[in-house]
Amino acid sequence: MSDKPRKFKGGVHPNDSKALSASKPIQDAPLLDTYKVIMHQNIGAPPELVVKKGDTVKKGDLLAKASGFVSVPLHAPTSGTIKAIDKCPGPTGMAVPAIEITADGEDEWGSPFVPITDWKNCDPAVLKQRVWDAGIVGMGGAGFPAHVKLSPPEGKTINTLILNGAECEPYLTADHRLMLEQAEDVVRGAAIIARILGLETAVIGVEENKPDAIAQLKEIAGKYNVTVQALPVNYPQGAEKQLIYAITGREVPIGKLPMDVHCVVQNVASAVAIAEAVVKGRPSIDRITTVTGKPVVNPGNWRFRIGTPIEKALELVGGVNAQPAKLLLGGPMMGIAQKSLGVTVMKNTSGILLIAADEVSLYTSEPCIRCGRCVEVCPMSILPATISQAVENKRFDWAEELNVMACIECGSCSYVCPSHRPLNQHFKRGKIEIQAQLRKKK
Amino acid sequence: MDVALIAIIVVGGLGAVLGIIIGMVAKVFAVEVDERIEGVEERLPGANCGGCGFAGCADFAKAVVEERATPGECPVAAAKDVSNIADYLGITADEKEKKVALIRCAGDCANTVRSLYNGVRDCRSAVLVAGGAKGCDYGCLGFGSCADACPFGAIEIRDGLAVVHPGLCVGCENCVAACPKDLIIMVPAAVDVHVYCNSPEKGAAKRQVCKTSCIACRKCVKASGEEDHMLVDGFLIRTNYENPPQPDLVEASACPTTALRLASQHAAGAYEGVSK
Repeated sequence: MSDKPRKFKGGVHPNDSKALSASKPIQDAPLLDTYKVIMHQNIGAPPELVVKKGDTVKKGDLLAKASGFVSVPLHAPTSGTIKAIDKCPGPTGMAVPAIEITADGEDEWGSPFVPITDWKNCDPAVLKQRVWDAGIVGMGGAGFPAHVKLSPPEGKTINTLILNGAECEPYLTADHRLMLEQAEDVVRGAAIIARILGLETAVIGVEENKPDAIAQLKEIAGKYNVTVQALPVNYPQGAEKQLIYAITGREVPIGKLPMDVHCVVQNVASAVAIAEAVVKGRPSIDRITTVTGKPVVNPGNWRFRIGTPIEKALELVGGVNAQPAKLLLGGPMMGIAQKSLGVTVMKNTSGILLIAADEVSLYTSEPCIRCGRCVEVCPMSILPATISQAVENKRFDWAEELNVMACIECGSCSYVCPSHRPLNQHFKRGKIEIQAQLRKKK
Repeated sequence: MDVALIAIIVVGGLGAVLGIIIGMVAKVFAVEVDERIEGVEERLPGANCGGCGFAGCADFAKAVVEERATPGECPVAAAKDVSNIADYLGITADEKEKKVALIRCAGDCANTVRSLYNGVRDCRSAVLVAGGAKGCDYGCLGFGSCADACPFGAIEIRDGLAVVHPGLCVGCENCVAACPKDLIIMVPAAVDVHVYCNSPEKGAAKRQVCKTSCIACRKCVKASGEEDHMLVDGFLIRTNYENPPQPDLVEASACPTTALRLASQHAAGAYEGVSK
């Protein structure tokens, strides 16, 4: 591992706007009356409900159990009664099943897990089971079950564990604050994951624009045999494949996974969740979320319970001072646009971002002028201009030939396109149509 | 000998020999074509829409002659075309009920809440952004993916709403698969009374986002008396296509949201403007 990380091809430098919330310490959100926990918070199969309407639950009690290997359980964010198993607006805009809990105000812990304080000598299989039982998913945004990544199939060897603290999305500072304030938990989490994978060391990759977090982590890292790697500021530095390349120089081939180049990448927030699950016996029931944007009165970083409605979250931070034009869950580059305030905080909600009306430009999409800027910035070295034309003309077979499936939807191409073409949306469409065709063939 | 003469003899001779070979091959390896296939194809409407499930009209004609399909399976053919083909083949024409597409949404721009959307103007792409910009999760997005799929120009986009012209619709079903909201169903063309709403939400929630939604007030159910013309399905009323109501039901029930409409009047634009 060299001191100088490699620079991946392409990438953009959007205005990061992190100053809005970077200096705000993490605050615990006060207890609410009701929480709506969305059932399906992970990639893979939705969990199976184990409670029914009218049940009383304690904080951390099981609400739904994993329904397969690629599925994670769900736990109660506070103590109270199950008011309803109803629908609530989901992050994709469609109504999804959710468990509504009326809090009793006691916020009393049940007895979910026994803390494993001596994890250094604990059987890795027990630790991995704990990660699964605690319902931990990739908290950087994807929501992929953490225990699946920690279970490489036979024949795949893992020799590098990377913790993703790049936080390259503009505006978001949740991971930054977490690394600063809970540096020991981050590093301990890294060491626990390393033990599960049978490794001695781990690398934490952090973008250079967070020197305080890097210094803080470096102070503690040595104690757990973990190294900290400063990375150049370049969006999307935090994308899995780009991060692996920057740190190890290995390129993940198209259609392959990090484990094919012997790497496992976990988000720093997931590492903290894992550390808390192991050392404190705490399931995944809250997360740090950045609430930010020009219209937000007090942008900041908050520890929200899972199931906190966005509407309440915005109230907690002091409301908005102007009618926002856009609400995004996540950052401005990859965040998902919302049309309802009823959607609730999920395990992968890294940010709640409001964009003011005067910051939003309404462009009409113009024809491609073949300038090639999108090709220059594409970190996956595909041809966004050509693929968008293929999708626009419903030539999904051609789009597939042009490797649209390799697209990581980082949005760099849309960001630089002088014709304001909605390139990223075309790719999403193309990927969905190709996946649908594959399913049909099966 | 003259060079020109040699050329004429060689080329002419070659032509004659090859001509004889081709003539023989054509006789020996002749493929027998049932001329009735061409006859049936001539009598089909020739829209090549694929609505029958075969690869175009020629393939369908072949299937009909080989008795793998009946003439009535062509969705475009009118009853007289079908009997014409049946007479030509000397078979009995099958009775067929003409079906047309019904887009179960009446929420045009004037009557619905919509978010600002500035992306790709195509329903299947628009649905990827927050499920579509419409307040109602179930309603027509109005970018015309169904109209693009219609080979007969029977779907018009009017004020952000796809409207079927029943007179132009032949029932090829191409639009059904194009709709990302699964709003389009095939209904008997003879039925004119339909509920233009497909949202299973509660009435109050629907009214918040759409003024022309079915709020399941059951006025139409009561107006149709004991006849079961209208069926209650949760918070939604549907026409009973097994036992359809007469067009006068629309006037008799005085639907407060105008979700109950006559397809013919809907296509003619009789319900345009803001609902009560």
